Amino acid sequence: MAESDIVPVLMPKWGLSMSEGILVDWLVDEGAEIAVGDEIMEVETDKIASAVEAADAGLLRRRVGEAGETYPVRALLGVLAPASVGDAEIDAFIEAYEVPADEDEGEAEAQYEFVETAAGRLRYARRGDDGPAVVLIHGFGGDLDNWLFNIDALAQQSRVYAFDLPGHGQSTKSLEDASLDGLSGALGAFLDALELDSAHLVGHSMGAAVAANFACTSPARVDSLSLIGAAGLGTEINADYIDGFVAAESRRDLKPVLFHLFADSGLVNRSLVDDLLKYKRIDGVQEALQRLAASLFPGGVQQTVLAPRIDELGKATLVVWGAEDQVIPAAHAHNLAKATAEVIDGAGHMVQMEQASRVNDLLLGNILG
Amino acid sequence: MARKLSMKDAINEALDQEMSRDPTVIVMGEDIVGGSGSPGENDAWGGVLGVTKGLYAKHGDRLMDTPLSESAYIGAAIGASTCGLRPVAELMFLDFMGVCFDQIFNQAAKFRYMFGGKAETPVTIRAMVGAGFRAAAQHSQMLTPLFTHIPGLKVVCPSNAYDAKGLLIQSIRDNDPVIFCEHKNLYAHETDVPEESYTIPFGEANITREGGDVTIVGYGLMVHRASEAADTLAKEGIDCEIVDLRTLSPIDIDSVVESVENTGRLVCVDEANPRCSIAADVASTVAQQAFGSLKAAPRLVTAPHTPVPFSPALEDLYIPSAANIVDAVRKTMAP
Repeated sequence: MAESDIVPVLMPKWGLSMSEGILVDWLVDEGAEIAVGDEIMEVETDKIASAVEAADAGLLRRRVGEAGETYPVRALLGVLAPASVGDAEIDAFIEAYEVPADEDEGEAEAQYEFVETAAGRLRYARRGDDGPAVVLIHGFGGDLDNWLFNIDALAQQSRVYAFDLPGHGQSTKSLEDASLDGLSGALGAFLDALELDSAHLVGHSMGAAVAANFACTSPARVDSLSLIGAAGLGTEINADYIDGFVAAESRRDLKPVLFHLFADSGLVNRSLVDDLLKYKRIDGVQEALQRLAASLFPGGVQQTVLAPRIDELGKATLVVWGAEDQVIPAAHAHNLAKATAEVIDGAGHMVQMEQASRVNDLLLGNILG
Repeated sequence: MARKLSMKDAINEALDQEMSRDPTVIVMGEDIVGGSGSPGENDAWGGVLGVTKGLYAKHGDRLMDTPLSESAYIGAAIGASTCGLRPVAELMFLDFMGVCFDQIFNQAAKFRYMFGGKAETPVTIRAMVGAGFRAAAQHSQMLTPLFTHIPGLKVVCPSNAYDAKGLLIQSIRDNDPVIFCEHKNLYAHETDVPEESYTIPFGEANITREGGDVTIVGYGLMVHRASEAADTLAKEGIDCEIVDLRTLSPIDIDSVVESVENTGRLVCVDEANPRCSIAADVASTVAQQAFGSLKAAPRLVTAPHTPVPFSPALEDLYIPSAANIVDAVRKTMAP
């Protein structure tokens, strides 16, 4: 039996800064037949806790990683192999497995870059060498790490750029124009600075409205639109979330607000709350968020509905929603006549995190045509 | 963007950014520029441990080297703060506060109250605290309880570089007198610190570790000792929650009570002497507010009721250790 029949189950690498993770628990027993996409274990990092979906199918012959222990990225946690492979061979595989060394030290630092644009200094990450250009645009109060579970998968078949909008993440906190036009202008400035004539746009929430608005004003620069939990397709938006997020000054205030983002509220861990508080406390952020909320979603009403105009563009358009979205109703997924709409069960507003592999497949489908 | 910065550099950056942002911010203290006769602006020493190094070259005369008279320049800083400036006065060692008690306790702390809210005193007094520096009994004390006792003063004691920058900026922008305590043995400690200015509000504790078995409350260096203790205890199956108070006045007792309501056990760690300490204060408040939740008597881990010894061996024994905390936690688990 060739050793290639043995497939390792590894500690995943989520995002740019992850170096290790805790194997919280196994969700499958030894001897289980696993299909691609099955949730096989729970992993927690200093940023997030999530179930790991199987990347390969096969018979789980051995659980190598122990629940509760911390392992480096790409450490061997389990072994998949057909029943015909002998135990001795599996033992030898485990014995011989070595965690690949990190390609280069300080990788995490190098992965974030900054670029001076007409909209100010913007932070971005770039992954993938070949294929069409894809730009990921996060939502209100978010940053490029919202694409933690997507950027690497998309980069397998495209050149992916994820950036922080002005007022967000580590980009400039000064917002000259806190309107949708202002934000899509910043998207244009980002494309200009990176010399991208056009790109496939993937937007989440407010970022989807930014992408759609940009497509309406500069259709020649947009190759396709993928809109996730999108703003801009209807008028309703949860004012408790928007206003609560803007107003929250402490962990105690912010945590319950963040429960609105996920179908599984267990994903709102201490690091997520802390990171968002740290962001909110930077000079200029509070003002930027207040101005954006007042301009885009005052009183829980979205001010700009682009739905009919998006249909008229004739672009390949995908709409993805989490069925349990508590921020923008999933019913908006069906407000476009000419788009492909997918509503995914077991996910909330952050559907690209909660059902990452499903969303990644849909996105690649729309981007690659 | 965030990068690793030592607590010393984070404090320097906070001063630099606030001086750039607000022309009323001035910095004064003994040798904070470099002392008269220093060879050049750029190699000026910048304080006894170099915390203010480089600021004079950038902000010039808004930094003032003062005479060796704490009572004079702390008084001057307080007076200037009532007249429109936002002085940051560096007192070198908190131990020296004794010679300017009237200015701080009887003047700065009382102005808002005695002038019916019409006077504001936006002064920040920075000073080094804590033992372990082989600097003997007059340069090593943890006098945080003295200042916490006085209404009208705010008292801050960060445990890391991120908190130090955000809390110092908050202190400078605050309109009341703030005693900002910097543990000298944390100056080299590094964390991620954003380049941009940011503030951390007063009266918000930080839960640095979550756990369900026992609540350990501390501040400053003791947060690190508690963390070491929690690592040891985790191997025995005891999950510690650590509450870093960050500010002692105002104090976030709600977060402590909430934690104790969950764990049922409390260990208060304080590098100060035990009588009337922050540890004693927290323990008594929790006993009143959450008595029904307690499964065991609260335990205190503090320095002994003695001056800080000069003998290195004795000084090491004086400072509460991770082993002391482990011991106290075990006692609360099996009373």
